[in-house]
Amino acid sequence: MTASPILHIKDLTKRFGGLIAVDNVSFDVPEGGIIGLIGPNGAGKTTIFNLITGIYKPTSGSIEFKNNSLLGLEPFRIAEKGITRTFQNIRLFKNLSVFDNVLTACHRNANYNFAEAIFRLPRFRTQEKELMEKTEQLLDIMGLLCYKDLIANNLPYGLQRRLEIVRALALNPILLLLDEPAAGMNPDETEQLMGLIARIRDDFKLSVLVIEHHMDLVMGVCENIVVLNFGEKIAEGNADEISKNPLVIEAYLGTPEEAANA
Amino acid sequence: MDWTYIQGILMLAGINMITVLGLSLLTGFTGLFSFGHAGFMAIGAYIGTWISASPASTPAGLGWPFIFSIFGGGIAAGLVSYLIGRITLKLKGDYFCIATLGFGEAIRLIFNNVNRFGGARGWPGVPGKSTFLAILIADVIAVLVLANIVNSKHGRNMIAVREEELAAQTAGIDVFRYKMISLVISAIYAGVAGVFLAHYMTFIQPKMFSLTKSTELTIIVIFGGLGSISGSVLGALVLTALPEILRAFEIWRLVFYGAAVILIMVSRPKGLMGGMELTPSGIRKAMAERNALREAKAKLLAEAQEGEEQ
Repeated sequence: MTASPILHIKDLTKRFGGLIAVDNVSFDVPEGGIIGLIGPNGAGKTTIFNLITGIYKPTSGSIEFKNNSLLGLEPFRIAEKGITRTFQNIRLFKNLSVFDNVLTACHRNANYNFAEAIFRLPRFRTQEKELMEKTEQLLDIMGLLCYKDLIANNLPYGLQRRLEIVRALALNPILLLLDEPAAGMNPDETEQLMGLIARIRDDFKLSVLVIEHHMDLVMGVCENIVVLNFGEKIAEGNADEISKNPLVIEAYLGTPEEAANA
Repeated sequence: MDWTYIQGILMLAGINMITVLGLSLLTGFTGLFSFGHAGFMAIGAYIGTWISASPASTPAGLGWPFIFSIFGGGIAAGLVSYLIGRITLKLKGDYFCIATLGFGEAIRLIFNNVNRFGGARGWPGVPGKSTFLAILIADVIAVLVLANIVNSKHGRNMIAVREEELAAQTAGIDVFRYKMISLVISAIYAGVAGVFLAHYMTFIQPKMFSLTKSTELTIIVIFGGLGSISGSVLGALVLTALPEILRAFEIWRLVFYGAAVILIMVSRPKGLMGGMELTPSGIRKAMAERNALREAKAKLLAEAQEGEEQ
């Protein structure tokens, strides 16, 4: 069974001066799939996220989302099209409460203008009420409702990561990009997170592309895995195929000669 | 102290308050610092004066009613800020700040050299239309409009830009647009304040809108507390009245003024209000945040102890 790809990346290249951060990478994210993007540090994983979300402009290659090119679009336009992300180094609205973090991200669900806000017209009032309800609902589903008044900065680390995911979900995404969601988590929290990612995919009917170092998470939850090393794609396949691929083992553990020399 | 004297100070504070409220949206809520808002006040003051000054006066005006001055001054400042914004808002943080500084000085020097508007000698005979009541009404409207913007999705988007620009972008917020709207609204506020100032002083001169004035306005916003409307209101009242209260110190007045500002900033680094609002809902919110922190701490502590016991 192959679903049509929701995201289609072809021959993607990004150079920073002489450095080739991403070199001719192609892969697809099928609709409803959970795809893992792995590789050693500096392999170009986050650069790919920055290219997809429009923060960087690619040197060459194409990125298509639902058969429409994303090239040249501003980051907020790409978010409007239904791609949202989290960041490796959490980027919450730190001084706002948990509730306000999510409420802010819900903004796309309301379309009242400035005049309606200034004069508190009926459309403003009904839509604001809907936003509040949606925020409450989301926090409830994701188990953060009991922290709703807490300033985001005061949340425990693991819950900050979770809040970032909730904030991304508030935009009703079609494709969710998670950048090392398990970074700094203990095995218990990582396991919880695995369940969460699978549940989000099913409940919110979306596709997920996840960068991760925790192999158990990647192997456990991803249906397909893309492996990068020095900007190049060196392997693609399911968990089983990847763990047996000699190139992947080499990238992570080095060659036998290197080991002998060390 | 007689009432006329107190009323005079209050009117000056009320005029400052209008600019400070606008600047509060730009600096306190959107996170952009400006050292050029005296320039927008100057535009408001001059355009407003041109509209209301009698055709018989030198320089000659249009002699229209005061209300046209208010709108004309505000709109003119807003339009200029739009043009400035198109050029400078792509600049990051500090560079935008420097650009506004240059703009403010440029405006002052332009008015210094426009003889049609009186040049460096200034423009006497501005009709004294700024009454206590008019300023009070303007302040009330300014506060209400600002509060309603801030407590809407548009205000939240601006706050998101202040908090984390990149995350705001990827959350689908058009950062440039919201920075622009924030700048234009703050300039309109400054322009309107300029109109009131001109019609309160009955005389304007480019020197009144120097860098010192811009700095004073930004100091008031920070002093009151970034991201707090009540802070801006209090800040404008306290810092406009302070030099008057300190008159007893005569030549040492400004030294004490500086010392008082330093003292308050050291004891309250986040400004007088520190992002809190002095309204029933603002106080409820602050209390809820404090309680949530206490509960979260207790909960985590309990979990940690449970973990140790196992």
